[in-house]
Amino acid sequence: MSLENVLDQKREEFLIKWFQLMVDAYPAETAKFLKREKNPFANPVGRSIHEGISGILDLLVRGVEHGKASEFLDRIIRVRAVQDFSPAQALAFVFDLRGLLRDVLVKEIDEGGITADELALFDAKVDELALISFNVYTACREKLYEIKVEEIKNRSFRLLQKAGLLEEISETREESGEKGGDQ
Amino acid sequence: MAKIPKASEMAATLSHIPPQTGWMDTPTEFKQGRWCYGAKAKNMEVLGLPNPRDWSPTDADWKLPSNWKEIILEGLRERIGRFRSLRLFMDICVRCGACADKCHFFIGSGDPKNMPVLRAELLRSVYRKEFTTAGKILGKLAGGRELTEEVFKEWFYYFFQCTECRRCSVFCPYGIDTAEITIIARELLNLVGCNIDWIAGPVANCYQNGNHLGIQPHAFKDMIEFFVDEIEALNGIRIEPTFNRKGAEILFITPSGDVFADPGTYTLMGYLMLFHEIGLDYTWSTYASEGGNFGFFTSHEMMKRLNAKMYAEAKRLGVKWILGGECGHMWRVVNQYMDTMNGPADFLEEPVSPITGTKFDSAKGTKMLHLVEFTADLIRNGKLKLDPSRNDHLNVTFHDSCNPARGMGLFEEPRYVIQNVCNNFHEMPPNTIREQTFCCGSGSGLNTDEFLDMRMRGGLPRANAVKHVHDMFGVNTLSTICAIDRAVLPPLMDYWVPGVGVAGVHEMVGNALVMEGETERTTDMRGEPLAGMEDSEDEDI
Repeated sequence: MSLENVLDQKREEFLIKWFQLMVDAYPAETAKFLKREKNPFANPVGRSIHEGISGILDLLVRGVEHGKASEFLDRIIRVRAVQDFSPAQALAFVFDLRGLLRDVLVKEIDEGGITADELALFDAKVDELALISFNVYTACREKLYEIKVEEIKNRSFRLLQKAGLLEEISETREESGEKGGDQ
Repeated sequence: MAKIPKASEMAATLSHIPPQTGWMDTPTEFKQGRWCYGAKAKNMEVLGLPNPRDWSPTDADWKLPSNWKEIILEGLRERIGRFRSLRLFMDICVRCGACADKCHFFIGSGDPKNMPVLRAELLRSVYRKEFTTAGKILGKLAGGRELTEEVFKEWFYYFFQCTECRRCSVFCPYGIDTAEITIIARELLNLVGCNIDWIAGPVANCYQNGNHLGIQPHAFKDMIEFFVDEIEALNGIRIEPTFNRKGAEILFITPSGDVFADPGTYTLMGYLMLFHEIGLDYTWSTYASEGGNFGFFTSHEMMKRLNAKMYAEAKRLGVKWILGGECGHMWRVVNQYMDTMNGPADFLEEPVSPITGTKFDSAKGTKMLHLVEFTADLIRNGKLKLDPSRNDHLNVTFHDSCNPARGMGLFEEPRYVIQNVCNNFHEMPPNTIREQTFCCGSGSGLNTDEFLDMRMRGGLPRANAVKHVHDMFGVNTLSTICAIDRAVLPPLMDYWVPGVGVAGVHEMVGNALVMEGETERTTDMRGEPLAGMEDSEDEDI
């Protein structure tokens, strides 16, 4: 049986263990809450981890599509990018996939049911996910800086406008400019 | 086979092993994006607040007075005597945990000290140590904790990570209002000069100039007249608002955020259009030019001081009653405190709508009526000509703002108004709206940019529910009746649910309102084409 098939069969176990690894990064009380609370609106962090990791696992089984991978990684990384994690800590969960796979499929690997090539291919997929996750994390942080700038601009724009400190191009000038361009 | 180490075990720099110590022994680290700048000396001096100096929460030395501990403990003693509720809240919590996972900051951050019960324990543990026999004798065994400088700094960090939204109190079987614990803790912090500048600055401005921004009277008037021009360009109708007019029937007060910051400005245009259309005899005031009350986040006395000016102005102008715009904290202060704090407002009359004759019992005590109640009554009595199809480009959901929702029970009126001015409306899940509504994550004076990471965490539960209706029903507009919401939900949506905009309810009223003598409307107030009018600009050419 191929690695993908075995992984698909052990999907539940894989996801439970991955989820556990993710919540272990939080203090014990929090980890308990993230695991216990099933209502997605009472526990949005738990929800995003669930959705993210099951999506990523599907991609690993079926093949990594960049667009989809970004989407599922984003579900998790967008949260971790604003939580108490350094960039390395925020993205460690992707790298955990290698150890996790070897843990869940230890028997199959020991018995030779999974070949070295298959493992190498899986690791390559993890590398690919890791590279995509750098983009996602950076995009999240960049968005935050963009938001800060926008907030400050929006706060001062009307004031500057009222204070007569902005000299905007008027409609009529704009139109005559366009006409001039046409000629 | 070689065991592959977990990524988290690979290097010391990577390791994120959460603290294994109990909360009392886990030190608080001030991390960027999670605390607000300290109050500036000049703002504290204007207000007569103690210990004015320039300082930063990341400084090792906070320049506290040498007897700071005595001041705080005496302050706590005095407040326990003054507020029976505080005494009860200190004593009766059994740490059942019902509130623990109800706080948006805990849900979004995962930091256990954001659990309401633990946040309250920060103060309660000191209370036990200093004011209870068991705590004095047994100390830590009885949950007591000495007030040290580290503990004091931890107070600052976590009591300015609470938005006083009161969601946790909804779930407390004993009715403990953790927001009130935060309110008292902030008062104590203020006794030795530890406020944040995003609060102290607006309070100083409001005290000096009448509004949080420090907009002077002539500039305030100019700004509103600018919107008069915008409305004329939109539908050809010239509105003539009055300012500081003695003898007007009604004084209208709204947060200054509506006057200067988009998208609140569109809500303000909606107010102007509505009042013009029904011929309301009202005036703006350039002195009581702020509905919001950041004094509420400083101390009871400061809240009273800022609230008083609205009533002083109503008295000076000789109006019959006050109509208040879409605001959050203004309503909490008016509805829960004003009557016994600055009241009775016996020089005013019980609000009666001059258009429908409806007497508003809800505002009997304070003589100040919520605009959404007023508008809902106009609609119910058929006094407005509305074309909800003008909002067909909007697919709307409604965010209950904490203060009008939990602070005054205003649930039905905004929904009634929205459903009369919009054709597309979808509710978010029940455990995220009405009395269980999730805070925007930026209330109680925390809507500043240096606090952005924390705001995004705190706003996650709200955004998560919006994402649900966005994905399920294509919702593209988050409507709300609070100025802080209008300022902070757009960045929150930008981060968590791109594609969802934010609008005040009266912006949508302004869109739908058919005004007498208006020219054909092709756009909404933002200049966006109305549904079916997407090509009209080309036709003009």
